Amino acid sequence: MKAVRFPLPAGRLLRFAGAHAVLLVGAAFMLLPFLWMLLTAIRAPDEILTGGLNPIPRSFHAVENFSAAMQQAPLLRFMVNGVIICSGILIIQLLVAIPAAYALAKLRFPGRGLLFAAVIGGLCIPIQVPALPIYLALAEFGLLDSYFAMMVPFFLSVFAIFLFRQTFRGFPDEILQAARVDGLGEFEILWRIVVPSALPAIAAFSIFSIVAHWNDLYWPMIVIQRMDYAPPPLGMLFFANSETGASYGVLMAGATIITAPLVIVFLLARRRFVQGITMTGIK
Amino acid sequence: MTTLALAPAIDRVPRRARPVRELLAGTLFVVPATMLLLAIILAPLLCLLILSVTDYEIGAMQIRWLGLANFEKALSDPVFRRAMGNTLLYVALVLPGGVFIGLLVALLVHGRTRSRAFYEVAYFLPVTATLIAMAAVWQFLLHPKLGPVNGLLKAAGFPEMAFISEPSLLIPTLAAIGLWNLIGFNMILFLAGLTAIPRDLYDAAEIDGAGGPIDRFLTVTWPQLAPTTMFVAVTTSITAFKVFDTVAVLTRGRDGSEVLLYAIYLEGFQYFKIGYSAALTVIFLAFMLAFSVFQAFQLDRKVHY
Repeated sequence: MKAVRFPLPAGRLLRFAGAHAVLLVGAAFMLLPFLWMLLTAIRAPDEILTGGLNPIPRSFHAVENFSAAMQQAPLLRFMVNGVIICSGILIIQLLVAIPAAYALAKLRFPGRGLLFAAVIGGLCIPIQVPALPIYLALAEFGLLDSYFAMMVPFFLSVFAIFLFRQTFRGFPDEILQAARVDGLGEFEILWRIVVPSALPAIAAFSIFSIVAHWNDLYWPMIVIQRMDYAPPPLGMLFFANSETGASYGVLMAGATIITAPLVIVFLLARRRFVQGITMTGIK
Repeated sequence: MTTLALAPAIDRVPRRARPVRELLAGTLFVVPATMLLLAIILAPLLCLLILSVTDYEIGAMQIRWLGLANFEKALSDPVFRRAMGNTLLYVALVLPGGVFIGLLVALLVHGRTRSRAFYEVAYFLPVTATLIAMAAVWQFLLHPKLGPVNGLLKAAGFPEMAFISEPSLLIPTLAAIGLWNLIGFNMILFLAGLTAIPRDLYDAAEIDGAGGPIDRFLTVTWPQLAPTTMFVAVTTSITAFKVFDTVAVLTRGRDGSEVLLYAIYLEGFQYFKIGYSAALTVIFLAFMLAFSVFQAFQLDRKVHY
């Protein structure tokens, strides 16, 4: 591969050019929405209304558009809500799933097979299925419109249990036995020996969980009516439907702010990010 | 991708070395998970099944047992039938597109060395972006007067297209956005599959006379990728079947864009026809289970290769 012969044989050159041509056209389709979003976010309203194809804005209108976006909707508030919800969900998911996964992987107790079967079954059930009964229960207890309502259906991630069980199973039993002989309790063994060895899997799951819940619209749309609790996607929905008038510049500025955090994290930690989302391919 | 090992772990430690405390620890460790499993999955599932055979509505004075009437009503309800038809049409558009474009991109990217990182970022970026915000961007891109897509069409001499108001164009438009959102994800899965193919298989194929790129693809790559392709097809179907976000932003489920999840959302959480919505959810669940069973079956076959 490395020793590129020069000049390239005609056939290979053609394949090389063909591959790049196809990939570049595809990449343009993938990236143009982002580019046009950014360009429109810094464009003046009168220029947007003429609907031209000119990519370069004639005047720089970014300050006006972004400050108008921040004024029309509490975008920062949406972000803070997103951070609160995602971290709350993730912490409880880990605290619940890690011990359960360890028990399923390494300990013998009655009902283990049954629990694992339930976990596997749970993998096939998306949030839309238990949504109605959970909603009714939350309404009954007057808990709608709260952070708790947005987080509670996700406290248990059967996927995390499944993933961590697979990881923990590979942990050598000899080390566990040695630790037991040394007098460590199962709790200490888990948190001080097993968990540190499984950090890559935990990191991958964490990215998966944060991305999934940062982007989730369905459940917040059901339990949240008040805008001050809205996570970014729901906030964006309010924002897109509110009277931004014909001011697409402001709307695009808002979309830029909402999409920025995850895109920036992705660009900074590309490998981890891709690994986290794809190794957990079951959504 | 995921190997479901249903058999319990083979215990290598002798039986008598497992004291009572293991039983205690094991039981304690699964208490929170088990309670949550009951509270947010199993109990709601049971409630859902019960609700689906009643006429329960929020605010109703009494609940009546309906048997399967909700399901019969769904099958003859034109709105539900349109939602089902549109959802299946959406899947039919996104599934082949997502699998084959994802595979094509992966094959092309796999051969790149210096430019590989750039293409990976470019194709994966839509996966990371919050779909709701990007749907608003697409709404603007496809705007009949102000959007650049119609601008380009007009510049090329084509008539203006009402992508998000002409009912017959709605599902294809949503499917195009769905593909845009999904291709990078499938590309990464295919790239992982391609990396796992042993190099000597290609050498062997070359010795057997399969030297050209198409020959090599047909004799080595395609058969070796079969499990990946199957996995990608199932996850793509599940994702496509759950289409909701773009509908919520772009059309709010109006004529021509009714889809299953949006219908469930409207019936249950806007009109509060809980019983009917529960029945629709049961139908949705049946599809989800069918996809999963199909996947488990395929994974099972993979073991016997």
